Amino acid sequence: MYENLERLQATALAELAQAQDAEALEAWRIRYLSRKGGALNEAVKQLAALPREERPAYGQAVNEVKNAIESAFARRQEELKAAALEAELAAGALDVTLPGRPPSIGHLHLTTQSLRQLYAIFAEMGFQVYDAPDVETDEYNFGLLNIPPYHPARDMWDTFWVTQTGTARPDAAAAGGPAPSATTLVMRTHTSPGQIRVMRERCPEPIRVILPGKCYRYEQITARSEHQFYQMEGLAVGKGIRLTDLIGTLQQFARRMYGPGRQLRVRGSYFPFTEPSIEADMDCILCGGKGCSVCKYTGWLEIAGAGMVHPVVLRNGGYDPDIYSGFAFGMGVERPAMLKYKINDIRYFYGNDLRFLEQFG
Amino acid sequence: MKVPLSWLKDYVDITLPVPQLAERLTLAGLEVESLTPIGELWDRDKVFVGQVLEVTRHPDADRLVLARVEYGAAAPLTVVTGAPNLYPYVGQDLSHGRGPKVAFAVVGARLYDGHSAEPKIATLKAGKIRGILSQGMVCSEKELGLSDEHEGILILPDDAPVGMPLVDYLGDTILEFDIKGAFGHLQSVVGIAREVAALTGQMLRNPTPADYLATPRVTDADFAGIVIQDPDLCLRYSAALIEGVRVKPSPYWMQQRLIRAGMRPINNIVDITNYVMLELGQPLHAFDYDLLRARAGGRPTIIMRRAHPGEHLVTLDGVDRALDPEMLMITDTAGTIAVGGVMGGANTEVNDGTTSVLLEAANFHFLSIRRTCQMLKLSSEAGNRFGKRVDPELTIAALARAGQLMAELAGGRVRPVYGDVYPQPAPRQTIELAPAYVNRLLGIEVPIEEMVRILRALEFEVAVDIQKEQRADDGRPVASSSCLRVTVPSHRQDVNIPADLVEEIARVYGYDRMPHTLLRDELPPQRRNLALEGEEKVRDVLVGCGLTEVITYSMIDVRDEVKFYRDEAAATAPHVVVLNPLAADRAHLRRTLLPSLLNTARANLRFTERVAIFELGRVFHPRPDQLLPAEPRRVAALLVGPREPQSWQPHDTSPLGFFDLKGVVEALLARLELKDVAWERGQHPACHPGRTARLLVGGQEIGIVGELHPLVRAAFDLPNLPVAIMELDLDALLAGWGAPAPMAEISGQPPVYEDLAVIVDEATPAAQVAAVIRQAAGRLLVDLRLFDVYRGDQIPPGKKSLAYSLTFQAADRTLTDEDTRKVRAKIVGRLERELGAALRG
Repeated sequence: MYENLERLQATALAELAQAQDAEALEAWRIRYLSRKGGALNEAVKQLAALPREERPAYGQAVNEVKNAIESAFARRQEELKAAALEAELAAGALDVTLPGRPPSIGHLHLTTQSLRQLYAIFAEMGFQVYDAPDVETDEYNFGLLNIPPYHPARDMWDTFWVTQTGTARPDAAAAGGPAPSATTLVMRTHTSPGQIRVMRERCPEPIRVILPGKCYRYEQITARSEHQFYQMEGLAVGKGIRLTDLIGTLQQFARRMYGPGRQLRVRGSYFPFTEPSIEADMDCILCGGKGCSVCKYTGWLEIAGAGMVHPVVLRNGGYDPDIYSGFAFGMGVERPAMLKYKINDIRYFYGNDLRFLEQFG
Repeated sequence: MKVPLSWLKDYVDITLPVPQLAERLTLAGLEVESLTPIGELWDRDKVFVGQVLEVTRHPDADRLVLARVEYGAAAPLTVVTGAPNLYPYVGQDLSHGRGPKVAFAVVGARLYDGHSAEPKIATLKAGKIRGILSQGMVCSEKELGLSDEHEGILILPDDAPVGMPLVDYLGDTILEFDIKGAFGHLQSVVGIAREVAALTGQMLRNPTPADYLATPRVTDADFAGIVIQDPDLCLRYSAALIEGVRVKPSPYWMQQRLIRAGMRPINNIVDITNYVMLELGQPLHAFDYDLLRARAGGRPTIIMRRAHPGEHLVTLDGVDRALDPEMLMITDTAGTIAVGGVMGGANTEVNDGTTSVLLEAANFHFLSIRRTCQMLKLSSEAGNRFGKRVDPELTIAALARAGQLMAELAGGRVRPVYGDVYPQPAPRQTIELAPAYVNRLLGIEVPIEEMVRILRALEFEVAVDIQKEQRADDGRPVASSSCLRVTVPSHRQDVNIPADLVEEIARVYGYDRMPHTLLRDELPPQRRNLALEGEEKVRDVLVGCGLTEVITYSMIDVRDEVKFYRDEAAATAPHVVVLNPLAADRAHLRRTLLPSLLNTARANLRFTERVAIFELGRVFHPRPDQLLPAEPRRVAALLVGPREPQSWQPHDTSPLGFFDLKGVVEALLARLELKDVAWERGQHPACHPGRTARLLVGGQEIGIVGELHPLVRAAFDLPNLPVAIMELDLDALLAGWGAPAPMAEISGQPPVYEDLAVIVDEATPAAQVAAVIRQAAGRLLVDLRLFDVYRGDQIPPGKKSLAYSLTFQAADRTLTDEDTRKVRAKIVGRLERELGAALRG
């Protein structure tokens, strides 16, 4: 009888090892562990046929066999489950080099990206954005900025004149424009008229603003010139604004925008609305100052026209130049992006070819 | 302006290497745009000043001669040349230095090819020409790179030193300046030399004859009367008479200087007027005096007056010009003889037969000259200079200098008296400059002595008032400091206020010496800028929805708006009009962003099948009752093409349409947290009549979303696909933005989900059904989603089935079946009563 038990255990374990899937495992379980007709149950039933004194020993032997094959079953069950999972995972493998599902991606216009970079840099220095209109009066665009009618300085800006009520007069540009009056309107040629607007609004507060926006010049559209472009003006007015502050501010800008090692070169210049007037150059980021086609072999790139706000302009803004001083600077917005991405044709910006726009961030 | 270095050296010693000089000038505000060397190719040991010793015929060629040339080496060399200007020397006795001086190149010299149309450099080789060995070359100007002249060889002045490397004799560097601003004082070689002197600590040598003020000046000279009728435009008129001149070409050196400065030599008289203009900055004009006398029938009277209506003048360039009464004319008793300050008339022009010259040196109001140039569309060297303000004190100096040169180079005799009418001599300006102001503005401490030194070097007169009291606002003396009393030289008409002097000090002191400081002034009040924040938020949301930002032109073709609105009247709708458009298709300011988006889509559809773009920008609406037009901000978007980008995985290639763009707008509204939003059927001439929605926020219409009308689509050459467009008034959209609502409580109670399908009339808007459901359900309904719209089997014609999933949840308790049954019954009841809806089986 004990031999039978041993044989039962050996056969059961051998058959268990043969069970390769859940189905075979279940058949095995029914064969050996089922309460109805399972081999083990049959062995237990034999207990009744034994003499009372032999029963404990046999019972114990049966229990041992039972424990052994039950725990073997549990192990086998786990093994098969793990194998099944492994097989399932193996079957689920992907070619991870296949391309991902493309979501629809949008892009900010490069000019917007450039503007945001400028906003961030100047915000750190306390300059906030001030908005002014695209259509300006001749007075704000020129007169109040110390550029009287017919003044030769007007040659610096080729101007579009507009009217709210009239019709086009193609000869107007050649003739130097309509006779300037208080109601003569222009497309702003620069962001500088905003200087007057912000001063008149804020006087006598100190001012630290940047004035970004679209500007317009009567220029044929070429790789180097557009009739519509963005400019950003900076203006600081207060009781202790110094030229060295202007130079320092532009230096900070150059380093934040173009890298920590950038060198600034300041040279004298002329703008009707600043006195003294300067231009700020930085060492060419492409050739490092050795000279290349981008810097026209000078080693320097112009980054801003600037100067101390002209006393006449301060006064037109409501500030007494004997007490207040100020600095102003103007810079292109497309230019930093053109340098950064080596874009050599400004027409890309407002041509809106998606193959261009979708290249950037 | 072009300044030859060799000319500049006449007036100031150049102590710096040229590139450093250029840098110094540039930093001081005189931007040197380019340095152009002349004679760069001429190697010192290859190209020389030579002298022809003998010219003989070539034995085998009629058009060639042999020239033996001495050039400082041990033995002369023989060259074969075809230069016609050597033929006359054949057989002549050229001994004892009688032979012509030439530019002589030996073998190995680099020269320009004289026969090539394009500049082409070649190295000179020895070679036989018709059997005779040529050991070098006598060069033409073209071969030297001086000009295009190749008719004959260059004959140098007799005093050219034989054997000198040509680069030392004729070599030069042209400095080209880009001078911004109306600075008459920088429009001359002497003006630049004055700056060089101040910047490098040298002395200026002014070429004006020292005794020029000794010549008497009279208002009524015996040779001509002078009458200024319009002294507001003609500020001064000075004239000299030079008799006995012989008109001929001017000497080589003068021609070279004029050419190098960018002017064309004409004859000695005209060249001298131009030369003095370039030298001193005072434009001059020479009249043929005998022609003037003939016109006047005796002593002429020169009258400066505005042009009479209808007057004409043929100017020196041969153009018959209609004159305007705004223009100042030089006239005599017989009519106009010159456009004042701009160009002389052909009727009194100096010609080959001229023997007496009336020389004019005048001064005109700069704005008037500019206006005249603009009106005549005429630009001249004189007009450009007068347009930048010329020193009115310069007339007599220029007459003296020109007279001196006419005596020297044209054999003229200068009448020892000048006519000079100067109605209102410009007063010398004196500016009080506080050194403290200079340093306050600059942020540095420039010593007073240095300020004085700089100003004096620029010919300002400076007196130092020590200890001028400064007073506080209440008049109490608080400090004493120096004050500079600065008298402005007449050539600096641009300097009027202390800040102008600060600039003079700063630029000569050197911007490169100034420290870089950080703003230490009071920080202004910082303000929130909701308009900008909102704009940037809208950009970010739309980019997040997969749209790409474009920026188009503000100036548009009004015909695009006509096509867009399908209405000719759009062309006559009020537009801000460009008076001087670049082109007819850029003549109006846009009233809407959408036509430009349609054009952008069309252009891109040539390269891609899917376009999803937006623009955020200003449009322009005239407000004739106000000075400036309205510039409302708009945001517009366009979608066209397959819904999803192509992929190897399943993807939706059905065309983007109305609901895609509406979804984008809904996302935008959600991201802006706008609450009171409603959609209604709308109409727009550019849109499909059944696929247009008005968007209302807070009851106000703020824009439209729609699908493009097929006719508009065709008019813009867009493909036969739905094109979804929208345009919203950004200011209205953002009006309610930026006022955050408190967060909605999130319930921890279990939600109950129910589905509900109702059959309604086709015409009943879904929004109305949803509104009734929401009203009926009350607060227990926390989410309502439409998941199916069905027409067809089991649905009667003219009806549609709308299936919703509803989520019920209470804030404070678990809902019972009874709760949801009651709500559902209420909803169904309301739908039946109000919309005639039927519950679908």
